[in-house]
Amino acid sequence: MVGAACALYAARAGLDVRVVDRGPVAGGTTGAGEGNLLVSDKEPGPELELALLSARLWERLADGPGAAAEYEPKGGLVVARTPAALAALTEFAAGQRAAGVLAEPVSAAELPDLEPHLAADLAGGVHYPQDAQVMPALAAAHLLRACGARLHTGRTVTGVIRGPDGTVRGVRTDRGDLSAPAVVNAAGTWGGDLAALAGVRLPVLPRRGFVLVTEPLPRLVRHKVYAADYVADVASDSAALRTSPVVEGTAAGPVLIGASRERVGFDRSLSLPAVRALAAGAIGLFPFLERVRALRTYAGFRPYLPDHLPAIGPDPRAPGLFHACGHEGAGIGLATGTGRLIAQALTGGTPELDLTPFRPERFDADGGDTP
Amino acid sequence: MSERVHLAVVGAGPAGLAGALAAASRGVRVTLVDAGDRAGGQFYRQPAPALNARRPQALHHQWRTWRRLADGLARHTEAGYLTHLTGHHVWCVQRESDSLAVHALLGPEQEEGVTVHADAVLLATGGYERVLPFPGWTLPGVVTAGGAQAMLKGGLVLPGRTVVVAGTGPLLLPVATGLAAAGARVAALVESASPAALLRRAPGLAAQPGKLAEGVWYAGLLARHRVPVLARHTVVAAHGTDRLTAVTVAALDRTGRIRPGTARRIPCDTLAVGHGMLPHTDLAETLGCALAGTAVRVDAEQRTDVPGVWAAGEATGVGGAALALAEGHIAGRSAAARMRGTVPDPPAWAAADRARTRHRAFSTALDTVYAPPAGWAERIPDDTVVCRCEEVTAGEVRTAARTLGATDLRSAKLLTRAGMGWCQGRMCAPAVAGLTGCPLTAARRPFARPVPLGVLAGLPDAPDGPKAPGAPEDRAADDSSPAQQ
Amino acid sequence: MNPLELTRARPGRPFTVTLDGRPVEALPGQTVAATLWAAGVPAWRTTRGTGRPRGVFCGIGVCFDCLVTVNGRANQRACLVPVHPGDAIRTQEGTGPAGGTVQGDE
Repeated sequence: MVGAACALYAARAGLDVRVVDRGPVAGGTTGAGEGNLLVSDKEPGPELELALLSARLWERLADGPGAAAEYEPKGGLVVARTPAALAALTEFAAGQRAAGVLAEPVSAAELPDLEPHLAADLAGGVHYPQDAQVMPALAAAHLLRACGARLHTGRTVTGVIRGPDGTVRGVRTDRGDLSAPAVVNAAGTWGGDLAALAGVRLPVLPRRGFVLVTEPLPRLVRHKVYAADYVADVASDSAALRTSPVVEGTAAGPVLIGASRERVGFDRSLSLPAVRALAAGAIGLFPFLERVRALRTYAGFRPYLPDHLPAIGPDPRAPGLFHACGHEGAGIGLATGTGRLIAQALTGGTPELDLTPFRPERFDADGGDTP
Repeated sequence: MSERVHLAVVGAGPAGLAGALAAASRGVRVTLVDAGDRAGGQFYRQPAPALNARRPQALHHQWRTWRRLADGLARHTEAGYLTHLTGHHVWCVQRESDSLAVHALLGPEQEEGVTVHADAVLLATGGYERVLPFPGWTLPGVVTAGGAQAMLKGGLVLPGRTVVVAGTGPLLLPVATGLAAAGARVAALVESASPAALLRRAPGLAAQPGKLAEGVWYAGLLARHRVPVLARHTVVAAHGTDRLTAVTVAALDRTGRIRPGTARRIPCDTLAVGHGMLPHTDLAETLGCALAGTAVRVDAEQRTDVPGVWAAGEATGVGGAALALAEGHIAGRSAAARMRGTVPDPPAWAAADRARTRHRAFSTALDTVYAPPAGWAERIPDDTVVCRCEEVTAGEVRTAARTLGATDLRSAKLLTRAGMGWCQGRMCAPAVAGLTGCPLTAARRPFARPVPLGVLAGLPDAPDGPKAPGAPEDRAADDSSPAQQ
Repeated sequence: MNPLELTRARPGRPFTVTLDGRPVEALPGQTVAATLWAAGVPAWRTTRGTGRPRGVFCGIGVCFDCLVTVNGRANQRACLVPVHPGDAIRTQEGTGPAGGTVQGDE
């Protein structure tokens, strides 16, 4: 998804773009994503700024490729179970509001107006109208189609070609070299491997998540609904399984239930403890789900960097190499902003957000301070 | 209390029954876990007891084999070595620390869960029918050939009065003759393969005098019921608005293309159609068993590459009931020996081994004869629905393949929704593979059946850990299970 | 000839169920699908996309085409679920009644 967005904005900036992927379109984490375009789960700071930029860009795509990708500005609803959790959530939302987020407090009595089937024992919540959703695989495919970039799927990058002065000059693939003065690393969870091919370090790690997909239902869940503890889980550094329910209805009918987080490498095998926790959490929010059937579950691997921020921008260690990966569970949402920033960096313009917090070399032992 | 090792057999068709009986007679405690209300699977599907059929064999072949299996099941059950759990729809088998957990849903409603723990499992999950789309195949009145047979054998009902049986494969013969015997008018048996091709495969057939005799017997039955046989023909369309009223059939040339000018219309209210079978591999795949194409890969002892997991019957490659019996028998004997810590003695099952070799050779020969006619995928019109659940048309799949890069089953699913619905792609995968030009491979389906979220949420806590009284597990609990001590 | 005669079946006493309120005769032991087939009904569901009618397809619980609402509970497979005296079977439109899912909430 991030690669597709980079391709779109780079092509719109007038660049000649080639997209190389060892698998099919959306074959990695994108195809396993829920398509969350969230501002609600982000605390004030660089990631929230990127999310707000991205949300504006997604909205602008809504009439074109966004429509084909089932873009739906459905809004998010974060709920708290206890008065204490509600107080914390309300304070968190106040900070977000100061940073430009639309966040409307919702009392316990008003919750049924927004979500008639929510559990009755909740203390209250906050409504985030800017949260939206797309179908991620469709989004990636239609952005790629719209940008007109040449697509090389099923082609594996085996090396990054660098000149005598260290400048990046293209990529080597299993089906021949591709020359280019700039290479964008949008390999997601495998972005660390691609960086290594260029001789630079980028510590992207997989953080596994399961999603449950229910039988098709009438529209019983209107927003993206999650419990306030989700935010703490996202920010957690724990390797152990953490689950906090994120429940949403889709245009196509099924309800999607996320989001488990555990660091177990690239193990795709079914984890019943993970899906059990997801199911229990979802029923806690929407009791009617108890009798609703899950048709399938699948795992995806979020690309995770130690400080939970993505790597975006040029890599001073390998001139000509740009990174756009490590968005953890927010890659679909942050893709548009990332693509726009990368395109601005590629064309020598001044990116509209400060890229310093996203510097790819920030994990080096010296903090990347020495050139 | 028994100290016997415990084998769970999933599926009570020919393979599962043969495996369960072979293992139970050799000192293994067996739990036979099956979705049906009665043993038999699809091949030996029995009428509901309340229908009180005194002559069910009128709808069956090899009734003596069935009697032998049923008697063995009763004997071992009586002796306490075999527990037959009916109405248990297995949705997942998982390895736990020192056992395998078989998770099932109870009864036809499938709203309540139970878990059976065993030392090893034999997956005898059978198969389901492949149907390749054509215009009108979603009309009420169009059913799978096996579905018409299952409804007849189990419910003693006919799908309609005038039936066309069509497609390809050895199943069409018993379906046509069975429906005719039960009183339906079979207006035509439409088979896309040609008898000449069957004869060209004579080496495979010559080794099977029994099969040839069966063929002759079916020919006699077809003649007796005056069923017109249209070999090297295919159904090109089914007609009707809210239900089937007719089909158009046409002749195929030697290369499998439709011969112009041969189309004709046959009025009917039912079309029973099938193009062969596909294995149920979901449980094996989720356990991590290696697959070969669309089937579970097994060794000479019917072992998968996951320790403690055997597989037999259609799940390991479609080949019919006789092959399933041989494979199940070998699996049961191998499991019995290995679970008790001894080395199996293959010469002891030499007869089953020979039968297995013979039937596999035969089914390989049949596979080449009964291949779908060339060009079937190109012939599907753009406006024909291929994914029945999500109503995705052939044209949508083609467009996604051409313009969005949907050139494999997973991408096609993500980009068109074909395969995302209730059946999880079991019905449409062959067509989507044909339309996108990719090979048909077994999908990953961690849930072999839809599972209520309440059942997932109520899964037992720690593997092999203490269970709360009244926990769902206790319903199927067997206090002699080593896994529960 | 019919299948009951062929197999010399002596089913128990027939009972009545309803399809969309109309009485339908059923035999003990039969599934919802078998009962409706015996009554000459080939379809009892409309699809959620185009509203097309559907009935039994695979007959063995794999394809989910025969989904039906029985006693208010949507998405039952007619080919698996046995009939009981008095069952209220309803043609299922699309995803079926939400009431089958959201019990007591509305």
